[in-house]
Amino acid sequence: MISYKGYNAVDLHVNGETREVVIKPSETLLSVLRDKIGLTGPKAGCENGDCGACTVLLEGQPVKSCLVLAVEAIGKKVVTVEGLHDTEVQKAFVEESGFQCGYCTAGFIVNSYALLEENPDADASEKVEWLSSNLCRCTGYEDIEKAVDSAQRIKNNSESR
Amino acid sequence: MNSNVLGHSPRRKESLDKVTGKVMYGNDYNSPRMLHGALKTSPHAFAKIKGIHKEDAEKMPGVKAVLTGQDLKENIGLYLCDKPPIARNVARHYGEVVAVVIADSLAKAREAADAVKVEYEKMDPILSPKEALKAEAAVIHEEMATYSHIKPIHPEPGSNVANRSKIRKGDVKKAFDEAAFVVETNMVIPPGDHVAMEPRVSIVEIKSTGEVHITSSTQAPFVVKNLMCHFFGLHPGKVVVTAPMVGGGFGGKAGIQLEGLAYLMSLKVGGRPVKLVNSREQDLLASPGHIGLESNVKIASDEKGKLLGMDLTYCFNSGAYADYAVNISRAAAISCTGPYNVPNVKCDSMCVYTNMPFATAYRGFGHIEMAFGIERALDELADKLQMDPVELRKLNCIKEGDQTPVQSVMNSSTGDLETCFTRVEEMLGGNLGDVETINEEWVRAKGVSGLWKAPAMPTNTDAGAILTFNGDGSCNLNTGVVEIGQGTKTGVAQIVADTLDIPLEKVHVVMDVDTRTSPSDWATAASRGLFMAGLAAHEACVDAIEQIKEVASAVLRVSKSDLVVKDERVCSVDEPSIGLHLSEVALGYVYPNGNAFYGQIIGRGRYIAKHLTDIDQETGKGHPDLEWTLGAEGVEAEVNLKTGQYKIVKAVCCIDVGKVINPDLALGQIVGGMAMGMGYTTMEGFKLNDRGQVTNGSLRDYKIMRYGDHPEYKVEFLETPQLDGPHGARGLGEQAVIGMPGAIGNALSRAIGKGLYEIPITSERLYKKLMEVSH
Ligand code: FES
Ligand code: FES
Repeated sequence: MISYKGYNAVDLHVNGETREVVIKPSETLLSVLRDKIGLTGPKAGCENGDCGACTVLLEGQPVKSCLVLAVEAIGKKVVTVEGLHDTEVQKAFVEESGFQCGYCTAGFIVNSYALLEENPDADASEKVEWLSSNLCRCTGYEDIEKAVDSAQRIKNNSESR
Repeated sequence: MNSNVLGHSPRRKESLDKVTGKVMYGNDYNSPRMLHGALKTSPHAFAKIKGIHKEDAEKMPGVKAVLTGQDLKENIGLYLCDKPPIARNVARHYGEVVAVVIADSLAKAREAADAVKVEYEKMDPILSPKEALKAEAAVIHEEMATYSHIKPIHPEPGSNVANRSKIRKGDVKKAFDEAAFVVETNMVIPPGDHVAMEPRVSIVEIKSTGEVHITSSTQAPFVVKNLMCHFFGLHPGKVVVTAPMVGGGFGGKAGIQLEGLAYLMSLKVGGRPVKLVNSREQDLLASPGHIGLESNVKIASDEKGKLLGMDLTYCFNSGAYADYAVNISRAAAISCTGPYNVPNVKCDSMCVYTNMPFATAYRGFGHIEMAFGIERALDELADKLQMDPVELRKLNCIKEGDQTPVQSVMNSSTGDLETCFTRVEEMLGGNLGDVETINEEWVRAKGVSGLWKAPAMPTNTDAGAILTFNGDGSCNLNTGVVEIGQGTKTGVAQIVADTLDIPLEKVHVVMDVDTRTSPSDWATAASRGLFMAGLAAHEACVDAIEQIKEVASAVLRVSKSDLVVKDERVCSVDEPSIGLHLSEVALGYVYPNGNAFYGQIIGRGRYIAKHLTDIDQETGKGHPDLEWTLGAEGVEAEVNLKTGQYKIVKAVCCIDVGKVINPDLALGQIVGGMAMGMGYTTMEGFKLNDRGQVTNGSLRDYKIMRYGDHPEYKVEFLETPQLDGPHGARGLGEQAVIGMPGAIGNALSRAIGKGLYEIPITSERLYKKLMEVSH
């Protein structure tokens, strides 16, 4: 087992780049991404795993980066909302007004992106199960639901063509 | 006029930045120069602070300073100066700040905050307004008499009453004596929280010139600027407040929040930039949440259901400090009857201190609490009258010419409430009084509620707009409205595009507000952003058009009155080929030989509320109400009569907004408001143990609606123009929360056949009610 103590210079693979950072074992992935790499897309809404605003992909899986230590991400691929470009999910969130203040948006986008990658045919209840890990205080969820549904439709249509 | 802009839903100006993570909120601004603050909070609801030991904390690595209440002599407070920035001698609520640490990283600051040791002597906390009002109750603010306050509020030193507003209209005693029917209900709503997804943050730096630079998650940068000057004796020109994009406000960021404390911290470390950010738990408890209410509602009607009088007592639970709460209780008095025509009204609305987390503005500003009591009582009256609940409300709808509780007369801009009720009834499928059986255990029931709200704000509330231009004829719009998710920046841009008749893409919006460069704007609160900034922006366009015509008139040799601005050109009205493109005049006209003329176009627009007055201290008579937005809401619920489980399956709203400027944004505000009102009614609110400690002080335990909890929403708009609003529009940001507690309370009470009087109406509460033996 590898153990880390004190400060360590490590490489993190984030959004297709390798970034060298100096971290302590106690630092969360969220705080390292935000404060040391400058990727402020993931947000700290609770730092307790309750809100999902900090969601990022770790090896393609959505994780709450406030509950992951940065050292756990060494040697793994991290993708934040800044690493997603022109995805159907992002376009659909714009088209369907899937946000108001936008504070929850990075988390919702990353999480629904992962959902549609993992389970392109997710039905309503699977979507609820997956997305109820994220909180939004502004929208009442209807527009988020529309955005995710529309992204799913467009994505599946374009892939079946 | 650009007919493609108003009434349409172009995407928000900041859309792309919001889906790519590029939008910057307060806490996204970081620099290695910054020091970081952390809060130490009280574990007790009411306790004397006997001693604070900060030596250990001060010696920890990276720690620059530790501040306690003893270090600071100032009090701060929005309307009533009752709050030390850090508790001094006494902690008055669970979670109150008792010390702050400044260190070179957040982690170190938080560690050192843990190392600060505080000795307390516990006292018995007061946990409800009813207790606080007892003659023998401890006085939570013994120094109340020494607090400075604004004129419209009336604190009562020696008691726990921070403000009392009275309404005396007509002869209530006579109304009740002559009544055929009288109902009386008592309601309880606990304090809770906004739970904006962005926790509050402030960054303050004091420059060597004495300039104070503040970056803050605020809905009210100009309020912050003015209050900072007031509390700390700063010069208004030397306080610069920047408000970046805000991650949800709902009123919770409308006053002064962490700014004062962050300033004192920066001062302590020689003006270095200090960032102070709340953890979620601190955002729930150390910073203010929403108000609670205990109300007593008595309604008298004649035998046909015509309302004769209301006798109302509102005891708002402000928690330990007054903040906006003293004005919330006043706002609730001003509209105390709900949107109904009531000839005789008596209302005492009090803002009462308790030892609970304190309250600030919250979406609806006193109306959501007030409406719950009125609407539940109206349903009980309908039962007594054996009348359809919608019929009863329609019979009593307030209309043009009727008087509000403060005796101001509803003008011709009054929304069509009767039709709102008709539409709500139809959207719910009629038969509002029925309970439908689904199967052995489950039933279906519906409930409705009316709503109204006028903005509660200073009589001189203002807004401004500045339009500058670019060489391609596009313009830059600068207002003091903060973008908190409501989309006002985009709405105002639509008004500009329409008035200048240019494409919306050519209206560039200054997103952040900077109190030094943006025109003054009271606050992004009270649902008045689009109304006032929209009017100011319209005036700025008119001003710019005048200037454009002046240039064109000289160059084209056409008199000004014969010129029009349309299609990005200024041209002769009857001969459009004689004209100039806006790009040719935007920065001054240049003749072929190089001579230049006039210079750049700068449009200026302003707005200030007109003819508003305070209300009389004894009778409430006055004109504090600028414009009323009226509407009706309803829900359909399915309820299990055995277990108390239930689900809201449909939520509907019909609201008269005057004019829909951007349908998507308007809908977003209404649906978002309904969702918030539903959470408020069904699951939220602080839970306290008998020592006054909050037991659901994190998002793990403080439940708000999640994805999948939402019902089917149906929303309709009516458009009775607001004659003095921009293109006839009026405010709509808060209104949709207001009717939800009443509508849900009514549906669920009907379903179980027993009256519900307390929020939140959890399944557990419903179950207990079902188990109660009725007498
Ligand atoms: S910040 Fe990670 S779940 Fe809320
Ligand atoms: S858009 Fe504001 S929290 Fe979701």
